[in-house]
Amino acid sequence: MPMYKGLVIIFGFLFIGETLSEIFNLPIPGNVIGMVLLTFAFLFNIIKVEDVEREAEFFIKNMSVMFIPPGVGIISYWGLIKSQAVPIFGALIMSFALTLILTAKFVELLSGGKE
Amino acid sequence: MNSIGLFLTIAVFYLFSKLYEKKRAFYLNPVMLSIITIASILHLTGIKYETYMKSAKILSFFLGPAVVSLAIPLYKQRETIKGYSRQIFVGIAFGGTLAILSAFYVAKLLGGSEEVLLSIAPKSITTAIAIGVSEKIGGIPSLTAVLVILTGIFGNAIGIEMLNAFKIKDRVARGLAMGVTSHGLGTARIILNDELSGAVSGLAMALNGVFTSLILPYLIELLQ
Repeated sequence: MPMYKGLVIIFGFLFIGETLSEIFNLPIPGNVIGMVLLTFAFLFNIIKVEDVEREAEFFIKNMSVMFIPPGVGIISYWGLIKSQAVPIFGALIMSFALTLILTAKFVELLSGGKE
Repeated sequence: MNSIGLFLTIAVFYLFSKLYEKKRAFYLNPVMLSIITIASILHLTGIKYETYMKSAKILSFFLGPAVVSLAIPLYKQRETIKGYSRQIFVGIAFGGTLAILSAFYVAKLLGGSEEVLLSIAPKSITTAIAIGVSEKIGGIPSLTAVLVILTGIFGNAIGIEMLNAFKIKDRVARGLAMGVTSHGLGTARIILNDELSGAVSGLAMALNGVFTSLILPYLIELLQ
């Protein structure tokens, strides 16, 4: 039953992250805290990558389908989107173009324009 | 009827994934098409979102362990971080902040309501993290989810063409900008274009998720 070891680690770190987020009333989601802590646990050899790799890859590969239920919730906000279409789509497009190009230019300057 | 939501989600996603396997076009993004199709089905049949969610919520529950699992690709990219640490860390601080501020202020300028501003602010980070952040800061997680996916689709569709049009050749700069702007969907495209850009993009996506969830709540307080 090798699967359970990986699941215990993943859900254990999720639980720790959520608990820390709640106890200290942190604005960071518990799952992000769990991810950061697990990364450090790998770096300091507390947890072996091989022990969680398969289970983690299963979750990551199947992540797309998990976005659908919250996405469908958009139907409850149809009125809001219609009345706010200009700010929503204007900001979406402008922010996309600005962030992509300015960030790329900025990093290129940092590297000194090599490659 | 309890299983309707779960069945519908998996069945519709399966069909669109099959279609996407045949024709890999950005406008055939299976997640986006599934959301539109299921929302239309619920609307036409009169099935309530709450009824749909009864069993469908089990899928979104797994976003928790999925985000924790992102520690694996993050850890595996530690060599990339070492090689380009300055560009990566300074670039993420710059790009991550710019993504939030530009979305927030353009929306505000165009008359966006407060819930829209809060929902659009985390739009450049990976969906799983963005949903949690939106919830924490008082946005509408469902709206955030859709805006995040749309931002990803833009990057997937025209990100490379835009970087080319602005003559950005630096491979690290291209990957970083793509990952910070268009998370997983942008990464999926640029990794086919160049391996180094793809690795930096994936890394930038993960680190920007952490960076944004750290600073956004405080930034929002300052902005309001």
